[in-house]
Amino acid sequence: MIEIKDLSKVYKTNKGTVSGVDQVTLSIKEGEVFGIVGYSGAGKSSLIRCLNLLEQPTSGQIEINGTDLTKLKGRELRKARLKIGMIFQHFYLISQRTVGENIAFALKAANTPNNKITGRVNELLEMVSLSDKKDVYPAQLSGGQKQRVGIARALANDPSVLLCDEATSALDPNTTLAILRLLKKINRELNITIVLITHEMNVVKEICDRMAVMQSGRVVEEGDVYDIFSAPKTELTKEFISSVVSFDVPDSILKACTGRLIKVLFRGDVAGEGVITDTIQQFNVKGNFLHGSIEYIQDRPLGLFLMELKGQQEDINQAISYMEKRGAQVEVTTNGI
Amino acid sequence: MGFDFAHMMTLGPEILLAFGQTLYMIAISLTVAIFIGLPLGILLFVTDKGLFLENRIIKSTFGFVVNMVRSIPFIILLVALIPLTKILAGSTIGPAAASVSLSVAAIPFFARIVETSLREIDKGVIEAAVAVGATPWMIIIDVLLPEAKASIVQGVTLTIISLVAYSAMAGVVGGGGIGDLAIRFGYYRYDNTIMIVTVVILIVLVQLIQQLGDWTSKAIDKR
Ligand SMILES: Nc1ncnc2c1ncn2[C@@H]1O[C@H](COP(=O)(O)OP(=O)(O)OP(=O)(O)O)[C@@H](O)[C@H]1O
Ligand SMILES: [Mg+2]
Repeated sequence: MIEIKDLSKVYKTNKGTVSGVDQVTLSIKEGEVFGIVGYSGAGKSSLIRCLNLLEQPTSGQIEINGTDLTKLKGRELRKARLKIGMIFQHFYLISQRTVGENIAFALKAANTPNNKITGRVNELLEMVSLSDKKDVYPAQLSGGQKQRVGIARALANDPSVLLCDEATSALDPNTTLAILRLLKKINRELNITIVLITHEMNVVKEICDRMAVMQSGRVVEEGDVYDIFSAPKTELTKEFISSVVSFDVPDSILKACTGRLIKVLFRGDVAGEGVITDTIQQFNVKGNFLHGSIEYIQDRPLGLFLMELKGQQEDINQAISYMEKRGAQVEVTTNGI
Repeated sequence: MGFDFAHMMTLGPEILLAFGQTLYMIAISLTVAIFIGLPLGILLFVTDKGLFLENRIIKSTFGFVVNMVRSIPFIILLVALIPLTKILAGSTIGPAAASVSLSVAAIPFFARIVETSLREIDKGVIEAAVAVGATPWMIIIDVLLPEAKASIVQGVTLTIISLVAYSAMAGVVGGGGIGDLAIRFGYYRYDNTIMIVTVVILIVLVQLIQQLGDWTSKAIDKR
């Protein structure tokens, strides 16, 4: 649905050229929620802004629903943009227009007949649960409410894609969660493909199906969110994941360990605790949990445990083999990470 | 010679006439400045780098003309524009004639003010409108003007007040007006009464315009 091919964006500044996006190739499927994470300056905004040509790419192609956007200009480009909604970190509503007028603005851009505008505005306001705020000015709304207006405006012309540039970064955790739920609902009920960029792994964990990690304008890792959480390949990705799933065990505790430290990972439906209990019962080893958590990613559990195994080396080896046979991924580790 | 009340009363009709002439000149030149300066200011803004109608040639051409007119001292402009004044006003003296030069001076002044007001708008708001697929015309009418209106009203206030000051020089072409009266009587004839009356009228006028401008600007701002 969205095919990004060899996309590069180079900024020319007084001090020379800055690379924003560097040869990115990505394929985003219809109906999925695709997350792009990276630290500040990684090029996330540059990339997402190229997707609706707010930023003219220096080279490469962007195909959305089979049309190469980079070839469009003027009226054709505006027509394509009607079907690509976008929301922003700072909402960017017209401050001198009411909530209803802000949404109507998007409808007017699509030449919606006047007699259809009111009905559609009401419909959109209902979708984002803001029906009572139609005649209010943005200054009187909370951040979360402003973002809802932004969402309503972005959805006005039934887009097939919704681009979210740090859409929840200016919101508190509860409001963030509410907005993410709304986005997920929109994704499911309206079958709108969502591309969102964020520096918060929690956002990705909450709603994304697939993700990419960016660094210095490049995509360094890409894949299914669950796969990436359970088996990150790059150091950068591990760093991001550790913000959600981390094993912070005090040094003093680690030093006191005399046995073998192992990290056990259970994917999906492997019943983690059951396997560990069976292992302890069947082999002549003692287990000592240091840390453990079960994260639910895309409604699938991902269990991660850090434990110490004590006993004869031979027994420990057998215990580990047994756990692996039962579907666990075991990693012998010297430190707690 | 101090303030002479009786003298003021005898010159009452003259003062009234001058006041009317000032208002007349300001009204005409302000109207022209708004009708031409507003679109010009918008043009200067939207053709700027990174904006939705970016165009270097238009931007630099109009920018150059605007700067040029603004750099000419008003007295020189008054004289230099005599041929144009003759064509437009049919005569080279009187308030109507003075209004031609005042308008020519006010257009680039107001255009720059509009441009500056538009620059204060958060670029993100404009970008969001571009992202929505709006036409340049829609963005100008439904985003730029509403977002900048409070600031533009302040600019209109500033323009009127500048026009009050410039119109004082209109006497050079027999334009009349309060300022001209002050210069003719107060300055050349040492008529302190007229000097004081006209200066007081000008002070009150400027204060009133400023107050009204501030109030309007605040009243229409929804932020
Ligand atoms: N308009 C611009 N002109 C010049 N350089 C730019 C411009 N926009 C972005 N850049 C540069 O491109 C690089 C990527 O910036 P970008 O804004 O895409 O990063 P980001 O991942 O969105 O960061 P953040 O999380 O801080 O928003 C940075 O080095 C930045 O300085
Ligand atoms: Mg950014």
